[in-house]
Amino acid sequence: MKLRNHQVTLPGAAAAPPIDLGRRRALKSGGLCVAFLWLGGSGAARAMMNARRQPGDAAAATADGNPPFAPNAFVRVDADGSVRLVMPNVEMGQGTYTGACMLLAEELGVGLDQIKVEHSPPSDELYGTPDLGGQVTGGSTSMRASWQVLREAGAVARSMLVAAAAARWHVDPSTCTTERGVVSHAASKRSLGFGALAQAASTQPIPAAVVLKEAKNFALIGKPMRRVDSADKVKGATQFGIDVRVPAMKVATVKACPTLGGKLAALDDTRARSIAGVIDVIRLDNAVAVVGEHFWAAKQGLEALSIEWAHGANADLTTAHLTDALAESSRSGKAIVAREVGARPAAGRSVEAIYRSPMLAHAPMEPLNTTVHVTADQCEIWVGTQVPAMCVRAAAKITGLPENKIVLHNHYIGGGFGRRLETDSVEQAVALAKQVRYPLKVVWTREEDIRHDLMRPMYYDRISAVLDSGGRPQWFGDRVTGATVLGRWAPEAMGKDGMDSDTVDCAAELPYDIPNCKVEWVRHDMPQGILVGWWRGVGPTHNLFVVESFMDELARAAGKDPVEFRRALLNKNPRSLALLNLAAEKVGWGTALPARVGRGIALGEPFGSRVCLAVEAEVTPQGEVRLRRAVGAIDCGTVINRSSVEAQMQGGVLFGLSAALYSGLTIKGGAIEQSNFHDYRALRINETPQVEVHVIPSNEPPGGLGEVGTAIAAPALANAIFSATGVRLRALPVDRSLLVQDPAALERVAAAQFTVAGEEA
Amino acid sequence: MIVLHVNGEAHSVDVPADMPLLWVLRDVMGLTGTKFGCGVAQCGACTVHLDGQAVRSCVLPVSTIGDRAITTIEAVGRTPGGQKIQQAWLDVDVVQCGYCQSGQIMSAAALLTASPNPTDGDIDAAMAGNICRCGTYVRIRAAIKQAATGKPEVLQTLAPGAGAP
Repeated sequence: MKLRNHQVTLPGAAAAPPIDLGRRRALKSGGLCVAFLWLGGSGAARAMMNARRQPGDAAAATADGNPPFAPNAFVRVDADGSVRLVMPNVEMGQGTYTGACMLLAEELGVGLDQIKVEHSPPSDELYGTPDLGGQVTGGSTSMRASWQVLREAGAVARSMLVAAAAARWHVDPSTCTTERGVVSHAASKRSLGFGALAQAASTQPIPAAVVLKEAKNFALIGKPMRRVDSADKVKGATQFGIDVRVPAMKVATVKACPTLGGKLAALDDTRARSIAGVIDVIRLDNAVAVVGEHFWAAKQGLEALSIEWAHGANADLTTAHLTDALAESSRSGKAIVAREVGARPAAGRSVEAIYRSPMLAHAPMEPLNTTVHVTADQCEIWVGTQVPAMCVRAAAKITGLPENKIVLHNHYIGGGFGRRLETDSVEQAVALAKQVRYPLKVVWTREEDIRHDLMRPMYYDRISAVLDSGGRPQWFGDRVTGATVLGRWAPEAMGKDGMDSDTVDCAAELPYDIPNCKVEWVRHDMPQGILVGWWRGVGPTHNLFVVESFMDELARAAGKDPVEFRRALLNKNPRSLALLNLAAEKVGWGTALPARVGRGIALGEPFGSRVCLAVEAEVTPQGEVRLRRAVGAIDCGTVINRSSVEAQMQGGVLFGLSAALYSGLTIKGGAIEQSNFHDYRALRINETPQVEVHVIPSNEPPGGLGEVGTAIAAPALANAIFSATGVRLRALPVDRSLLVQDPAALERVAAAQFTVAGEEA
Repeated sequence: MIVLHVNGEAHSVDVPADMPLLWVLRDVMGLTGTKFGCGVAQCGACTVHLDGQAVRSCVLPVSTIGDRAITTIEAVGRTPGGQKIQQAWLDVDVVQCGYCQSGQIMSAAALLTASPNPTDGDIDAAMAGNICRCGTYVRIRAAIKQAATGKPEVLQTLAPGAGAP
């Protein structure tokens, strides 16, 4: 998921700083770049978010309390001076509401404490991200996509408020200033609040050009700002989708066929219906839901059902079948070449390895849920989603209602990580709710959430290099084999020759100066019913584990220190070299460590940013991994919220370390074997190291942030484990049995004969 | 009818005896600040206080509570420990998605009441039952220490007093 290269020429704005080649390169490819859906598709071009009024804006503003001043889809000023900002992207923890508010407020001239944030209604036209082809929050694109447009939107609003004040005072608008919701004219000591100016501002012409602040004059951007959504979150007052309570609403919980792709064959609900509080039992072709007065009754009812499943084609499917088929595709499948430069040298030392990455579940803390009320002429939906407009289209299809009769209320999201880029649970809830008259809240159990995730696909990568006599790589080869998420999610967005560039993201383009390469992808479709989805960090999370682990292997093959080895290959990449040097310095690279403690380093350029992470880990003689420290260095272009950079790096790194240490889905009988946090572990605070974050400042446009830390975590850990134990992990999650100091001791224990008092064992 | 003492008030609820407190709070009383995360006491999102002790409400049958005082996230700010913890959470800017934070704050408030000056080990022991998928643990640790000592924890980016609101 990356942004298409997209240069904005902003009328009246200071000329954008030149984009360096590295950044241009980092932006031009990308997995979720479905921009042509509207740019070059067959239909009329759909508008996307814009700083100025759009055709659909009047209706949206009317529905949003009809404020006297609504110059675009983002800014609403009420007569009492309240400033409401409509957020184009959704807040799922990544801090986008705070970042978007900072961009708007910087130019508008209000404090973050003076604004009220609102979720946007579903609309590709008003809130679509051009590079994602619609109203989608994902791919670490929010700030990159809105950096120009939201500042411009704030400036347009400010300019009209100032014009109204200047007209009233008969002064030159350029002599007026805005600060904290007030327009002032210093020379005459006059000032008026935004509320008093709102009506008059709305009659001002919308400026075709606005001048944006220069970076040196930023009051908010670049500072560490506290989040705009914290106050309610620490009081339990924030409304997540799961917290919705609609009058006369009933609560359902659901069970779909555990065998993926299977169907409902027969059902005896006699016992369930006799349980106090159970109201209804509803069937779908692949699932059954029990409706109760409350979740507990629904869950008791669900457990009392006698269900017969038609397991279908996947009835005997196991993880081994999937991994074997994937390996076979790698051997014999047809590859699509993503990048090829030069040829593999005949001479030199060849190094090759095979890496495997597992299927992963998202497991956001808020279990999936949707509340739906279907009536004869309307379908109303309450949900937290990363794709509001897609949900509307899906609901229209299921109900047969026109899209303008689908009313969707978006909510704060209790963790997305890509899971809420999907509409499956919303579609299911609509299909259930259209069978009943009352509003229905459908809440998945955690077990359902894990067993019916749209999982991060497994990958099988054959990676190679040729080193010259000095130990410097002259060739890099990577044959990635795996399923395509893009091909399922937006098949029309696949690239040339059927390429899914997400699968090779951060493998096709390396930070390093290696003259020859061939990077290719073998498409391996999973069996029908095994659905793959976007998972935090997408392509880069998988590829950086493989590539940066392998770079460590190459360093060892060349007899060089891993930092020294990388440093030599960054001679043409000063920005990434600076990060490598900073992370190495801050972690104390090269200083002595106790036995079985090691440091690992990894470097990458994911999501239009650059990042280096050093991890220090101890491996106990029993093979347990203890994280001691993580030190990150990031260059994410212009920093919008300094506090958010730290928080997203810390959280992203821990999310990635958690997966690397513990996570992998396995399949037996066509069903996911894991079900809850006891067997799909997540990192806990007692396992969490200190995570330091160092930022190299830059005036480049902002890079992505939400997924950067996740993408770089696993290779830094794997390299630290190698340094501590000499064991190279070429598969995730970490297999502790490989890390036991004395495997023979384990065997002795396992083979030991124990005598129990009074009898022979 | 079962009588529950929730946030200083007595409530009569007509629910099955084995119904976990979590669902009584959320679906019967409308106190949705307490969260459902796993249903099997693995994640801590449902943490509330019973007579000041942190418990997982998703596995606590409502009939076993008796006269004990139930405190939820909606009212923990009325206790000195809860107030300090919530303020530290704001000062340190702990939250991300925020879904687990009700439970985190309830666990931390109970810890602070029991151990006014918790060590790192105390924090780990008291907070290990609360999962945060966003990975806010580093700031959770800092915020608990700040609540305990009253001294601003040294964060790398967020100086005391910076930012808004």
